[in-house]
Amino acid sequence: MIEALRKELLLQWRTRAQATAVFVFGATSLLLFSFAIGPNASALRQHAAGFLWLALLLSSTLTLAETFHAEMEHRALEGLLLLPTSPRAIYYGKAIANWLQLALLGIALVPITVVLYDAGTPQLGSLILIILLGTAGISAPGTLYSAMTSQTTRGKQMLLPLLLFPLIVPVLLAAARATSLIILGDPMAQGASWLRLLAAFDAIYWSLCGLLFDRVVEE
Amino acid sequence: MTSNNHRFPRAPYALLTLGTILLLTGSYLGLFVAPPEHFMGDVQRIMYVHVPTAWNALLAMTFALFCAIAFLFRGGDFKWDARMEAAIEVGVLLAFLLCCQGAIWAKPTWGVWWDWDPRLTTTAVLLFAFIGILALRRFVDDPVRRGTWSAVATIIAYADVPIVYYSVTWWNSLHQLQSSPATVSKSFHLPLRMNAFAILFLMTGFIMLRARLASLRLEHELAPPPSHELDAVGELA
Repeated sequence: MIEALRKELLLQWRTRAQATAVFVFGATSLLLFSFAIGPNASALRQHAAGFLWLALLLSSTLTLAETFHAEMEHRALEGLLLLPTSPRAIYYGKAIANWLQLALLGIALVPITVVLYDAGTPQLGSLILIILLGTAGISAPGTLYSAMTSQTTRGKQMLLPLLLFPLIVPVLLAAARATSLIILGDPMAQGASWLRLLAAFDAIYWSLCGLLFDRVVEE
Repeated sequence: MTSNNHRFPRAPYALLTLGTILLLTGSYLGLFVAPPEHFMGDVQRIMYVHVPTAWNALLAMTFALFCAIAFLFRGGDFKWDARMEAAIEVGVLLAFLLCCQGAIWAKPTWGVWWDWDPRLTTTAVLLFAFIGILALRRFVDDPVRRGTWSAVATIIAYADVPIVYYSVTWWNSLHQLQSSPATVSKSFHLPLRMNAFAILFLMTGFIMLRARLASLRLEHELAPPPSHELDAVGELA
């Protein structure tokens, strides 16, 4: 699994132009959301957390859709599956690589949110924790669905968000609420329960998707 | 795939007929015989179809989960794949009807068509998740992959239901408590029970018919092309 992860990270590093493009896409969507609301500073600040997570979610479909791109060329996936490791190791390698990439993307989008929406916060540590938990929730089912959709001949771009978005409603909800509480203040100390919900979601999907992955790639 | 598929399916049609008769009787009792509810008046009468629809939608989706597990872990018998497809489709239809009925009820009662209530939102999320699975099935041509992937997606989507429910409960809540014969007055029981069985019969009938259609389609898909088509190919070559 460590080898699989190392391969994915190396691959991501060699194609870092793509990560930059995804970041620009995320930043652009953050800019667009503010136009949809209008130049109302307090409304923008109110919605900042939701916009940050929407931007992250939309950009994540680009990253996730590319997960199996390299394996689809020259039928390399079959080669990988012939290796004396379980498909599970390949899955976790890819899912962790996606997770790290999405988490970095999320952290990179924070300054943009702060500047555009005046959504500064002193609690950077908690914010990073939320981003880590939230992106983990996106990456686990996202990687699994990406394995399916990248093997279809038609409708690749459409199917991934169609399958993924309804599923990660709880992630979006919990992460956006928790982030919002950090930005706007948390008088009732509700943040922790949202974090627990995210952690529960992560635990369920990281184990369930790992269990089901070998069914998805087997011939 | 047995020759069973080609016989006239008597059982589902019998169930559909029985279900229709029960639904008409139950709705008649609910609309004209049962007393109006004290606070909500006649609007409440939609409960006689709404609550049975809710039960059966959940039942259909649960059956889909059962079929998915059976397909994945029982050696990929396509009987279960066909049943899963049927159950998902009927479940989607029922969940859609459920959302419509809920909106019709909510407008005069709450003053809005839609509310971000846990059960409402969970139903909507479930509806979209299962529509996504139906879309996936349309885009995969290989029957083995189609069956396996949609079974995996069904299990994943179903596991999401309790999480969505709890997350939305914390987020917002307004829906009244579930109605069941235990929570409503005796005079409402008969039409409610009748309609519950009516929709159960209709659902079962539809699932059986749809599963039959799915396995006929699969049989057609897997069958070798008829000989005259082969001849045509030969001529082209």
